Amino acid sequence: MANLKNTEKKTKAQAMGMHTEVLTGRTQQKFFNPDEAENFYYFGTYDVDFNKRTDLDVKDMTAAEANKEIDNLMSQGFGTIVIKNPQGKHSLGVGILNKLNLIFEGSLGYFGMGSCDGPIVRINGRVGWSCAENLMAGKVVIEKNAGSCFGAAIRGGDLICKGSVGARTGIDMKGGTIIIGGDAGAFTGFMMQRGRIIILGDVGINLGDSMYDGTIFIGGEIGSYGSDAVDSELTKNDQDWLKRKLKVAEIGENFDVSKMKKIVAGKKLWNYDNLEPTEKKGAI
Amino acid sequence: MCGIAGLIHRGKSSKVGHELQGMLQALKHRGEDSTGYALYGDTDGKNFIMRFKVGENVGEGSTSVTEDVSVYDERKKIVDNYLSELGAKILKEERILPYSLRYEIDYNKKDLLNFSQKIESIPGVEILSMGKSLEVIKDLGNAKMVCDRYNLDELVGTHAIGHARMATESGVDIKSAHPFWGYPFSDVSVVHNGQLTNYWNNRRALENKGMRFMSECDSELIAVYLAEKMRDGASLEEGMKESLSGLDGVFTYFVATKDSLGMAKDTMAAKPLVLYESDDLVAMGSEEIAIRSILPQEIDTYDPFDGEVKVWQI
Repeated sequence: MANLKNTEKKTKAQAMGMHTEVLTGRTQQKFFNPDEAENFYYFGTYDVDFNKRTDLDVKDMTAAEANKEIDNLMSQGFGTIVIKNPQGKHSLGVGILNKLNLIFEGSLGYFGMGSCDGPIVRINGRVGWSCAENLMAGKVVIEKNAGSCFGAAIRGGDLICKGSVGARTGIDMKGGTIIIGGDAGAFTGFMMQRGRIIILGDVGINLGDSMYDGTIFIGGEIGSYGSDAVDSELTKNDQDWLKRKLKVAEIGENFDVSKMKKIVAGKKLWNYDNLEPTEKKGAI
Repeated sequence: MCGIAGLIHRGKSSKVGHELQGMLQALKHRGEDSTGYALYGDTDGKNFIMRFKVGENVGEGSTSVTEDVSVYDERKKIVDNYLSELGAKILKEERILPYSLRYEIDYNKKDLLNFSQKIESIPGVEILSMGKSLEVIKDLGNAKMVCDRYNLDELVGTHAIGHARMATESGVDIKSAHPFWGYPFSDVSVVHNGQLTNYWNNRRALENKGMRFMSECDSELIAVYLAEKMRDGASLEEGMKESLSGLDGVFTYFVATKDSLGMAKDTMAAKPLVLYESDDLVAMGSEEIAIRSILPQEIDTYDPFDGEVKVWQI
C-alpha cells in the first residue's frame, strides 16, 4: 500500500488507485466581490414596498396556486400581503426568501411557512405540524396553538406561538429562537443542536432528549428530562436576554424570568464542537 | 399513514353520515385503500342492527381471493338459519351489495358472545357491527365512493368515527379495514392511526382469555383489548388509560359507544390529532382540514398532548 503520509498531496488519490488521470481545468467555484452588487442577487427575491398592501383570498386555491400568487404579488412590489381564508390548507407560504409582511387571517395546516428566509409573518389562527420548518431568518408569530414538530430544524429567526404546542418542538433545531406562551408536549428540543427555546408554561416528558447543544428555558413544570439534558445556572445575562426577547415577542412581558429553569446538554452523548462556517468567520 | 376523524353532537342529532364523509374525504391523501364508518344513528333502541358480510370486495386493488358469488347466497341462508336457532327474529333485511347485508333483528338475550361465535362459525361470514345504534360500514375505496355505495349521506345520528386507510400491516380487504367492532360488546367501535408493536404478544394473551380476532390488522387489537377490559368491569375511560401502557407502539385512536366518544394518544405523541371542542359539537381528525370540511369558519383548535385520554358524552 502506498505511503500516504509521505506522498505528495496532489497524487494521494492516484496512489490509492482511485484514479490515474491527471485532473486539469478551471475551477467551477465562484467568488463574491462585495463591490459587485449583482453578485448578491438572491434567487426568488424582489424589491418590495411594505406600504404597498394587498389582500389575497385563497379559499378556492390549492396551496401551489396560493404560493405562486404570493410570489407574483411580491414580484409586483407588494410588501404587505394579507391572506384571507387559508382554512387549514397545508404548505401555505413556503419558500419565501424575501423581506415581506405576510398576514394570515385564519389557520394553516401542515408545513406552513416552511423553508423561509426573511419574512415577518403573523398567523391569526392555529398552525398544524411542522410550522416554519427550516426557517433561516425572519419572524413568525402564531396567535393561537400549534401542532407537533413546531420549528423543526430551524437555523435562525424568531418563531413565536402565543398558545400551546404539540410534541417535539424545536426538534433538530440548529439556531434561532422558539418562544411558546403556553405549554409544550413531549420531546421538546429533541436532538437540538443550537438555538434557544423558551416555554412559559409546562412541558411534557423527555425534555431536551439527546440534545447536542443549545439552551432551553422553562417557566412551568417539567414532565421529565430526556437523556443528557441537565439543569444549568440561570445567569443575570440569561435573565436580561429573556426579558428582552419576551418584550420583542410581545409575549409574557411581565413574566418573572428569574424563576425559569435553564436546561442544557450534559454532553455525555455527543460532543458537538465544530462551529458553523459563518460562526467560524466570526471567531477568526 | 392513515387518517381518522370523528364527531359528536351534544344535545342534538345531525346528518353524521354526510358530515363524516366530508371529513374523511378531506383526508383521502392519507390513504384510500379502504374507508370505514361507524355511525351512531337515531333509533328507538329496541332492536339490534347487525351489519355483516358474507364475502369480500374483490375489485379495486383487493388482495382477497375471488369467490363464486353463489357462495354468498349459501352463507346468507346459513346465517338466517342460525339466527332462527338463536331465537333472533329478522324484522328487516337489506342486501346493499352481494357481499354486504344489514339486518334489523329482534333478539332479547344480552350475551352477544355466543350469538357472534355461532354466526361467525360460518366460513367467510363476519359481523361488522352489532348494536342498537351502531352501524359499521366499511369497504374498499375512498370516503365518497363508500358513502355513495352504501347511501350513507342521509343517515341521521348523534356521533360517528371513521377511517381512511393506507394498508401497511395487512391486506387490502374489508376484514382489515377500520372501524373494528368491540366484539362482543354492543355498540362499541374503534378506529386507529399508527402501528402497534406488541400485537402478537397481546393477541396470544387475549385469545387465551377467549377473545376473538377476525383479521391480522394490528389495529383490531385495540378494540379487543378494550372489550376485554370492559368485560372485566373497567369503564371505557379506565380501559383507554390502561391501554397507554398496555399497547406498545405509536397510536392515536378513537373509540365510540352508544352515548360517548373518546380519544387516546400514545406517550410519544407520534401520531397527529387536531381537536375542536364547543358546547354542542366536538370534532377531531388527523388534520385540521377534516374539521374544516364541516366548520369552514374560523375556529379554535388544538393538539392533545402525549398520553392524553378524553371522553365526551352525547
